[in-house]
Amino acid sequence: MGLRRNVSLMNAMRYQGKGPMLTYWLHRISGLSIVLFVGLHVLGAFLSQQFSSSFGTFINSIYENWIFQIYIFFCALFHALNGLRIVILDLWPKLIEHQREAIWFEWLVFIPLYAMAVFVIIRTALAG
Amino acid sequence: MKPRTLSLSERGFDFETFMWTFVRVSALAMYFFALVAIIGALVMGARTDMNLADLIRWTFMSNPNHVLNTNVPDLAPWSTLFWKLTGSAFVFFAASHGLHGVLSVVEDYMAHKGWRRFLRIFVIIILVVMAAIGIYVLWTS
Repeated sequence: MGLRRNVSLMNAMRYQGKGPMLTYWLHRISGLSIVLFVGLHVLGAFLSQQFSSSFGTFINSIYENWIFQIYIFFCALFHALNGLRIVILDLWPKLIEHQREAIWFEWLVFIPLYAMAVFVIIRTALAG
Repeated sequence: MKPRTLSLSERGFDFETFMWTFVRVSALAMYFFALVAIIGALVMGARTDMNLADLIRWTFMSNPNHVLNTNVPDLAPWSTLFWKLTGSAFVFFAASHGLHGVLSVVEDYMAHKGWRRFLRIFVIIILVVMAAIGIYVLWTS
C-alpha cells in the first residue's frame, strides 16, 4: 500500500469517537486476543497430544485459569456480537441510520450474557 | 433520497472488495457451524450429559477431546467424519478470518514499509501453519 501514514497510534487513540469508537477498539483488541489464544491453544493441544510435552501442559494451565477465562470469554462474546452487528449493518446498508441504537442494543444483549457467564466461571472457581 | 452508491459493474470487484465480503461471509459461516455444533450436541444428549462450559467448548470446536471429561457414555458419535469435516471448515474460516483481521491491523499501525512487509509474510506463515496443525490435531484425535 503506497499510502502515507502521518497519524501515530497515540494520536489515533485521542480520537473522541465515543460509543462506536469504543466498539471499534474492543473489536480489534478482542480479535487479536482470540488469534493469540487460539494459536497457543492449538499449539498446546498439538504438543501435548503428539509428544506429551510439558510445554503443552503449561499452555493448558494458562487457559484453565479462571481470570484468563473471564478475559477470553469477554473477547469471544464481544467479538461475536459486535461482528454480527457489523455484518448486519454492512449487508443491509439502509440500517446504518440506526447504528447508535444498534450499539445500545448490542450492549443490552452482551451485558446479561456476559454477567451470567462470569457468575458461572467464578462459582466454578470458588467451588475449586 | 437517491442512494449515493455505485453498482458492482461500475465500481469493479477487486481483491480488496472480495476480502471485505469474505470477512463478513466467514463470520456468518462461523455462526452457522457453531449452531450446527450446538444442535448436534443437543441431539446427541448434551442436555443431560454435560454442563454449559463443556457445551460451549464443543460449540467452538467439534473436537471429541472437548467432551472427554463429561458424562458422555460413548465418544463414537462425537468423533464421526461429519464432525471432523465441520470442525475443519470452522478452522478454515476462523484462520482466514483471523489472518485478514491481523493483516488489517498490521496495515493500519505499521508505518514502516519494511516492517509491514516482514510482518505480513510472518503472519501469513504463522496462521497457515497453525491452521494446518489445528486440522491435523482434529483428524488424529
